[in-house]
Amino acid sequence: MAKAFSRPKALSTTHTHYCPGCTHGIVHRLVAEAIDDLGIQEKTVGIAPVGCAVLAYNYFDCDFQEAAHGRAPAMATGIKRVRPDLMVFTYQGDGDLASIGMGEIIHAANRGEKFTTIFINNAIYGMTGGQMAPTTMPGQRATTAPLGGTRPRPACPSAWPTCWANWSPRICHPPGRAQTPAGQQGQKKPLSRRFNIKWKTGASVLWKWFPPVPPTGA
Amino acid sequence: MAKVLMKGNEAIGEAAIRAGCKNYFAYPITPQSEVAEYLSKRLPEEGGVFLQGESEVAVGYMIFGAAGAGERVMTTSSSPGISLMSEALSYIAAAQCPAVFVNIMRGGPGLGGILPSQGDYFQATKGGGHGDYHLLVLAPDGVQEAVEMTMQAFTLAEKYRNPVMIMGDGLIGQMMEPVEFPDGLKTEPTNKDDWATNGMAHRNSKKRNLVKSLFLDPTALNDNNLALKAKYAQMKKEEVQYELVNADTDYQVLITSYGTMSRVCRTAIDMLKEEGIEVAMLRPKTLFPFPEKAVFDASGKESCQAVISIEMSMGQMVEDVERCVKGRRPVEFYGECGGDIPSPEKIIEIIKALL
Ligand SMILES: Cc1ncc(C[n+]2csc(CCOP(=O)(O)OP(=O)(O)O)c2C)c(N)n1
Ligand code: SF4
Ligand SMILES: [Mg+2]
Repeated sequence: MAKAFSRPKALSTTHTHYCPGCTHGIVHRLVAEAIDDLGIQEKTVGIAPVGCAVLAYNYFDCDFQEAAHGRAPAMATGIKRVRPDLMVFTYQGDGDLASIGMGEIIHAANRGEKFTTIFINNAIYGMTGGQMAPTTMPGQRATTAPLGGTRPRPACPSAWPTCWANWSPRICHPPGRAQTPAGQQGQKKPLSRRFNIKWKTGASVLWKWFPPVPPTGA
Repeated sequence: MAKVLMKGNEAIGEAAIRAGCKNYFAYPITPQSEVAEYLSKRLPEEGGVFLQGESEVAVGYMIFGAAGAGERVMTTSSSPGISLMSEALSYIAAAQCPAVFVNIMRGGPGLGGILPSQGDYFQATKGGGHGDYHLLVLAPDGVQEAVEMTMQAFTLAEKYRNPVMIMGDGLIGQMMEPVEFPDGLKTEPTNKDDWATNGMAHRNSKKRNLVKSLFLDPTALNDNNLALKAKYAQMKKEEVQYELVNADTDYQVLITSYGTMSRVCRTAIDMLKEEGIEVAMLRPKTLFPFPEKAVFDASGKESCQAVISIEMSMGQMVEDVERCVKGRRPVEFYGECGGDIPSPEKIIEIIKALL
């Protein structure tokens, strides 16, 4: 009988440390499926961020490097420039990518670096316990915004990839939502297509929007 | 090979290529921008990678990424830029990757000045970034030695899987001297398949490699730091380099000095000799590992009345000298730190005041 469903080869059997209900696991699976579909596991180098996904390398079965907070796009640039035959991707949260590492991602996109970024936006600093991020929504509570985000500027999580797209002739992938089966299915194909394109041509930021975690969560 | 007349910065760039390094990432800063200018032309000719990054912060991590992928890689900068790279240096040391960093020092703190300085001794030898780590630090006293040390740096970085720093200064970077590039200093890159993220297919292995510095388990972190400590202990045993000048005499004073400053001291020693005053110098060529025993031994000579550390700083290496002399002789200091290099006459005056 044909197997309809199994663990992607590029995913390890390690149990994840993520909170119950966290959709990191789903996104990991989508990335691993894309790697399998393209048959590039043995040429892939991932870069883990600083954030909840810092241990992502425990869950993928391919070469991995671990960045400092925000610096994954610079490391990806270094790897890809000296070894253009490798498929390089970064996997980053919103604090990592849209706050401390904003400079690195914009410049990598602007230079047209040939790696892929998976942007995981949960509108909060999850790992450190729920502090405000630049992506935190107006009114959203955070441990450092106990009354709800009150900044005058309307924080708008969905705007960042569009901004980055404007910095680069390369297109950003439209946002996806990982929390519904339809959202997940909708992601899978573009993910592998995007990996493929980026491996060969230029930079791209793929991104997923998480619903904000419950304020008392992590 | 015949000698060629080259500017220090350009010679360092050429030395990297001759050592088999084809990858260079950097950000412009005076007084070392000529390295990047030179390599932006030379590396494409060699089929190598030249990239001007958006900041020294990013460049530090480009180096980390490239080194982690198992390729020989170098960056050059000057003091303020090295501060920004110090975060990456801590990560690279923790993750045990080989890389070469060149600091053509200028005056600080802050924006400081653009003239030569030795104000980054503490930063290079005692950390700079956070945590328990050391760089292997080489200090050339001229363009020829800068070439040789740059070439050796790749071998040492790979031997120890540790970042190596070359400490030049604005004078060494800017001045022209005749140089040759000794073929014998080029080594084959070590096999990095055991640890580098060079792709499972590349090394024909089913086992993936990880380059990382996070060890949440205290025992694992302790073990990693002990592994680093063992490497530093090995460096102290095997890599110490220094030069003794006029030390076979009954010298009355022992100078400790390195880099550009040591050249002025050398002239002062010759001039004092003509007056019948014997002074010796111990010139560390490795700042880490520091020539601890050599300093102790040289300071213990019966004729030696005092030790003086002469630096283009407010007094940094002198702390290591004091530590190594262990109180058997008075340890004095003289330094200038605005960018002017003290003259031999000034050094003579300072030495005479000690006698
Ligand atoms: C230089 C530096 N600053 C701060 C931290 C602490 N820190 C760890 S994770 C994190 C926030 C991560 O947020 P995000 O990127 O949104 O990831 P998430 O945890 O939400 O997935 C911070 C501030 C650090 N590790 N390094
Ligand atoms: S804090 Fe949020 S992103 Fe982090 S593991 Fe928990 S649910 Fe997932
Ligand atoms: Mg987040």
